[in-house]
Amino acid sequence: MTAPAPKPQPFVRELLGRSDYTIIGEIVEPKTKVLDLGCGDGELLAWLAQNKGVDARGVEISGGRVQRAIARGVSVYQGDIDEGLADYPDQAFDYVILSQTLQETFRPRKVLREMLRVGRRGIVAFPNYGHWRVRLSMLLSGRAPKTALFPYDWYESPNIHFLTVHDFEDLAALEHLKVERRYFLSGARKVTLFPNLLAEVAVYLVSTSAA
Amino acid sequence: MPEQRLAALWYDEKTPAMVVESNVVTFDCIPLDSGATLAPVEVAYESYGELNAQKTNAILVLHAFSGDAHAAGINHEIGKPGWWDNMIGPGKAFDTDKYFVLCSNVLGGCRGTTGPSSMNPATGCPYAMSFPVITIGDMVRLQKMLIDSLGIERLLSVTGGSMGGMQALEWAVAYPDRVVSAIPIATTTRHSAQQIAFNEVGRQAVMADLDWSEGNYYGKKPPARGLAVARMVGHITYMSDDSMREKFGRRLRGKENFGFDFDVDFEVESYLRYRGSEFVHRFDANSYLYITKAMDYFDLVNGHGTLAAAFEAARARFLVISFSSDWLYPSYQSQEIVRALRARNCDVAYVELQSNYGHDAFLVDVAEQTDLIRGFLASTYEKVQ
Repeated sequence: MTAPAPKPQPFVRELLGRSDYTIIGEIVEPKTKVLDLGCGDGELLAWLAQNKGVDARGVEISGGRVQRAIARGVSVYQGDIDEGLADYPDQAFDYVILSQTLQETFRPRKVLREMLRVGRRGIVAFPNYGHWRVRLSMLLSGRAPKTALFPYDWYESPNIHFLTVHDFEDLAALEHLKVERRYFLSGARKVTLFPNLLAEVAVYLVSTSAA
Repeated sequence: MPEQRLAALWYDEKTPAMVVESNVVTFDCIPLDSGATLAPVEVAYESYGELNAQKTNAILVLHAFSGDAHAAGINHEIGKPGWWDNMIGPGKAFDTDKYFVLCSNVLGGCRGTTGPSSMNPATGCPYAMSFPVITIGDMVRLQKMLIDSLGIERLLSVTGGSMGGMQALEWAVAYPDRVVSAIPIATTTRHSAQQIAFNEVGRQAVMADLDWSEGNYYGKKPPARGLAVARMVGHITYMSDDSMREKFGRRLRGKENFGFDFDVDFEVESYLRYRGSEFVHRFDANSYLYITKAMDYFDLVNGHGTLAAAFEAARARFLVISFSSDWLYPSYQSQEIVRALRARNCDVAYVELQSNYGHDAFLVDVAEQTDLIRGFLASTYEKVQ
């Protein structure tokens, strides 16, 4: 089994037009084992397999998306991540990815624990509910906020938990997670100041503190 | 239904017919799980496409209960398309421009491979019920002998639906170093009480027919009524409530009102009778008994304690497929396979396809399976190149 030669790094910058994918593409080491929870139609996994030679697996609840993922050659199984990780042995993966999925799970705390049981490291990307546009939208409209990152009407939103950068930091402390790296993004740009106000998306690389 | 659709699909196409013929290989003997030995043993098989120089592109297709080696193309003797012709051929899911596809008739069958209707060389008569009881493991052992004789070290994939899926799973567990990937479809690692029950009804229907004569009907009148009833039951289990409602509803057959007799009233009765009587012409009643018994005996867990332990040796990459309306091999049985493979951290993809066709879906729902299988095989093939 030979891994294809990695494409030049600049390509990572343009990765699929999603800034959190870009960061994840940069974090993941080549030739590792990766599990993507809520992997959609397997775009990110296919890219990681092609360009980083990773052993890519995914979980997705939508049958149609699972079909598209398998059709592009990625090993994805149809299942619910709120329940579906129990079968995996401990530390089966180098990375477990939750790319804009955590806020859609019923029990995010349990999912976080499970991801760090089956994976040595977790990569969590989520839309930041503390972004100024979200705050302003709510303040001015007096209605559930609608922004580019939260485009849904409240009754159609797949997001069932809303969290900010501060909220995730609090939960990480509560769960004794070690935050190895944190990235804050506004569009494709990295945010350095006031991330809770200015970041649209946050990406965390976490592990259990014991590790 | 499947066969008719196959034919329809075939004749719609403008591509030139791929005319194929069956081959037969003979082996001196095969040891069986029961402790018995069968000698000699013949295997009928067909192949499509070309084996590449490195012999890395071979795919073994495993047929379901009533299938045979004629999986694709037009058979040059009978002129009929194969049972999975919509899936195997140039540009199809199992693309014969790229892969070398093999299919053999199972041990115990009646379509060219040694079975109860074959001549016992020791007596000069058909084996009938003196044929040893065979298992899915025995079927796979014979397939392995065939693969060995063709000089194929590793199969790119083993695949099949229903009983074919059982064989695919058995391959992955019994010969882990010989299979790169496995695609078990609409199948199980072991029959439930319900599945055994349906098979037992079929066997009892055959054996209750006086013409069965303890299996010694060769050269005489076969137990056609019993076998037909068995097949009728089978066909009910292959469909779904939805597909039967859609196909037959309560429509009457060629009449406006009930006949107030026990001739055919309903379309569904006519269909089942037709299916039953047609089956008798192509299938041996004793093979029905032996093969259904092999399916009932199949139990991957047996001897391992847990299914996850059974998969300990498995090295293959898996694509598991089930169908939403299949109540004979329900999705939960496929999900058991997937969960056990995950517990072993095996590479497994799984999807439940939405379908109204019940168990028949694996023969009928071509388009969605094609996308899945094509992508899965291509990425698997890339890894062995």
